[in-house]
Parts: sequence; structure tokens; C-alpha cells
Amino acid sequence: MTLLSLENLTVRRGECPVVDAVTLTVAEGEFVGLIGPNGAGKTTLLRAALGLLPFTGRSSLAELTPAERARKAAFLPQSRDIAWPVTVEAVVALGRVPHQGALSRQGDRAAVDRALARMGLGNFRARTATALSGGEQARVLIARALAQETPLLLADEPVAGLDPAAQIRTMQVFADLAREGQGVIASVHDLGLAARHCTRLVMLEAGRIAADGPPTQVLSDPLLSRVFGIRGHHAETPDGPVFQPLVTTR
Amino acid sequence: MIPYRLLLAGLTLLVLLLFAASLLIGPAALGLSESLAALLRGEGGPIVLVMQEIRLPRAILGLAVGAVLGLSGAVMQGFLRNPLAEPGLIGVSSSAALGAVLALQTGLAAAFALALPLAALAGAALSVLLILLLAGPRGGALSLILAGIAISALTGAATQLVLNLSANPFAVMEIVYWMMGSLADRSMTHVWLGLPFMAAGCLLLLTSGRALDALTLGEDAAQSMGISLRRLRLSIILGTAAAVGASVAVAGAIGFVGLVVPHILRPLVGGQPSRLLPAAMLGGAAMVLASDVAVRLIAPDQDLKLGVLTALVGAPFFLHLLWRMRGSEA
Repeated sequence: MTLLSLENLTVRRGECPVVDAVTLTVAEGEFVGLIGPNGAGKTTLLRAALGLLPFTGRSSLAELTPAERARKAAFLPQSRDIAWPVTVEAVVALGRVPHQGALSRQGDRAAVDRALARMGLGNFRARTATALSGGEQARVLIARALAQETPLLLADEPVAGLDPAAQIRTMQVFADLAREGQGVIASVHDLGLAARHCTRLVMLEAGRIAADGPPTQVLSDPLLSRVFGIRGHHAETPDGPVFQPLVTTR
Repeated sequence: MIPYRLLLAGLTLLVLLLFAASLLIGPAALGLSESLAALLRGEGGPIVLVMQEIRLPRAILGLAVGAVLGLSGAVMQGFLRNPLAEPGLIGVSSSAALGAVLALQTGLAAAFALALPLAALAGAALSVLLILLLAGPRGGALSLILAGIAISALTGAATQLVLNLSANPFAVMEIVYWMMGSLADRSMTHVWLGLPFMAAGCLLLLTSGRALDALTLGEDAAQSMGISLRRLRLSIILGTAAAVGASVAVAGAIGFVGLVVPHILRPLVGGQPSRLLPAAMLGGAAMVLASDVAVRLIAPDQDLKLGVLTALVGAPFFLHLLWRMRGSEA
């Protein structure tokens, strides 16, 4: 089933299109990596898809009422704001805001527990979120988005600033969600992680889709050189595909 | 940490005690039992008059004004995600003050007792129209602050202009004293005029708890969780204008309560904005009632102004908090 469908989605900043006629669908079971150099329009695409920015074209999510949308799609913004010194558990429980009234309190608590467990934060539950390190806060905020338990998760650079173990664990959590039948679309700068964990990559170049397909196909040498200006090393290992960027080509 | 319910119960008890103290303490030295009896008795007599017409309205207004200032301060800090925010930030207080100052200057206030609070309410209502016009459609916090600062500056300047050009030194004196904020010599008429606006404003502000919780994670995250920022901002503007506008109308500008009270109580409620709202409401009521009692005890013959005392006590207390925070801030 399709969880998100964008048709000719265009976002302009002044005259200049930041996202240019993007047509894209995300289905159940997919973990889509959104890749592209800085300024390619990844964040703008995610925000417009949710209806947080004015756009032309069509987004299936933006057509819903805010309350309906919040039960269909969770969003992890790039900025990691926690304004007040609240506990980790209280932050994660905010993911249940869209469901209030719909489920029992026990259901909410169970969802919070599952999210904390997935992100390995069980021991952090009672800690004050603002007193944690940046990477730990990032994991708490991912757990918040997971606790929303929506069919689709949109995440903007979820693994930036995490240590290697947390990066791998987070990518695995997203891949698990996809295997369990949810959909995930996440912007990722680490092409190695994207190649290894995503089921599909969408490569953006100046607001347009340059390539859309399986990771091995999208991370081809001509595309990497044209869009990112880099060349890298590809390998197949027993642990899966490996990609390591090596040199710049321009 | 103190359990939340216990904290609210404790604050409620404190407010009740201070309310009783406000009823029982005053320049007319009345016995405990006779004053309580006078409060409930219907017929005249000087004690009944003092209790029902002087002390009761003063205590009710202290409670209401304090609750409004504490609550609206907590809401404003939650909305702007900034512990330095205070209820006056969106320009309501200074616009209401300008309305009152104009009523005093023109002599309307002397001619007709309710002219002052009505003019202050009109000032608050005007500021709401202006701010809705200026703050833009998308519901962000920044445009709201900037619009509020502009309105505060403009109405502040207009107030200065009135003082500057006033040919009547008595009016100037009256304006200056009024602006210090006080609950002295208010009648039940003030209560009936101010209370409905304050109650309606507080009810509107109290509905914002869940949205403010979600805003802890930023505007994008809150919106993605189904929170309508436009609706939130509208209810905060209208709620603050009604509640704070009415409080300025009946008591003048009482500073520091809306800033300090949420700040003191935030750690005790675990930081969550929705839990802070009722606590700050009670805390604000306690602080204003206590200050109003203190005003009567410290200088019974001097008419020490309430707003002066809250700032005088509030500011050093705030400095003390900052001093303690200094170590924990990274």
C-alpha cells in the first residue's frame, strides 16, 4: 500500500525552485534513503511533503487534517530542540500526543516502552533530557518519533552526530520497521550507511530527482561524480554492500 | 521531587491561607471572629462594610490578578520556549496602561469610576487587533515577539507623551502612582468588571497545555504531531489580552510575578509546560496575595504600592536563582 505519494511537488523560495517537480511514492516495507549534496532540497522536500511549507503540486499527507496526518506520519526534524528540562520518558511520551483519547493510557505507556527499548534508552528513562549529550538527545528524539507508531516515518538526518554504534543501531531500527511493514524515508549524508541499510535510494540534485532505485544502482560512478562530485570504492562483503567515498572529482 | 498532586495541594493550601490573611489583616484592627462573622452577615455596620466592601474585593482581586499573571507568564514562556518571556511581551499590558492613563489625563476617570478600567480594557482590545494584523499568518513565535515589542514601544512612548505634555500636575501624580500597580481602594464593582475577562482568559490559556508540551520539541515537531500553531497563537493572544488586560485594568501594572513564578515552579513540576500552568496560576495568586498583605504590614500609613514591592522582592530573588544556576549551566 502507498504511504506517501508526491506529484509534481514544487517549493519555491522567491522565484527559484528549491524542490522542483518531484514525483515520488513510498510504500509499506520500504526504507527510502534520501541523499543529495547540501542544498539539494532534502529537508525542504520532507517539510513540504508534510504540509509544513507552502508548495504547488500534490502531497497525499498534506491533504489530511493535521490530526489525521499526525496518526499517519511521524516527523523527526533536523534541529534537535528540547526547550525545557523534562525527563527522557516525558519527551518520548510526547509522541503519543496525536493519539490522546484514541488509545488507553496503558497503550500509550506500552508504545513509549517499545520506543525506549528500540533505541536502547531503557536506563535513561528518568534522566533529564537536556542534561544528556547531543548524541543521546538525538536518540531520545528518534524514540519520540518511534513512539508515535505511525505507518510512515519521515526523518531528517536522523544519524547525524551519533556515534558509530548508535548510527548502525538507528539504521537497523529503521530497516526493522520497514521489514515489519512500516515505511521510512530518511535523509542521510553517510552514503556508506545508506548503501548498507536502505532498501531504496532517492538522489536529489538541485531540487530534482536525479536517480531513484536500489542502492547499488543509484550509487553508480557517473551519478556520484555528477551529483556529489566524488568517486568511491564499492564492494560486496558477507555483511552486505559497502561503499566508501574516496576522492573528489571536481 | 515532590509529587505533582502534593505540590498543587500545597500551593492551594498556601493560597487559601494567604487569602484568609488578606481578609484579616488591615489598618482597621478587627478581631478574628467578628470579622469572619461580618463577612457572612448581611446587614450594615462599620465592620461589615470594611469586610465586604474593602477587604473582600481586595482579596479576590489579589487572587485573580496573581493567578492571571502566573498563568499567562507560564503560557508565554512555553509558547516562546524562553524562560525570559513575560505576559507583557505582546504589548497588552502597555496598551491597557495607555488606555488607563488617557482616562486619568482627560479626567474621565474622576467623572465616572469605571472609566479607567473600561479604557484599559479598550486599550488591550486595540492591541490585540494590532498584533493580529502585524504578526502574520503562519503562526510563528518570532513575528509575534517583534510585533509585541513594537506595540509596547509605541504605547510606552504615547504614555510618556501624555505625561510630558500634561498641564495638570495632579493628573501626572495620579498617573505615576497608578502605574506602580496597587489593589488598594478597589470595590466589588472592579471585581465584577474584571473577573469575567480574567476567568475567560484563564480558561482559554489553560487549554493550551498539550500544544505547549509538543512545542518543547520545536515548531516543526509540534506541527507534525498535529498541533495547529495558528490556533495556539490565536488562543494565547486572545487569552492573554482578556486576562492580562483586565488585570491591568483593575490593578495597574504589577511586574515580575509573571516572570519569576513560572521560573521558580518549573523545576518542581519536572519542566513540563502543561503541568506548569496550574502550578504557576496558584503560585502567582500566592505571590500577589502575600505581597499585598506585606504592603499593609510593612508600611500601613504610607500606601506602599504593590507593584513596587513585587519588583523589589522579585528582582533580588531572581538574581539569587540566577546565582545558583550559574554553576549548573554548561
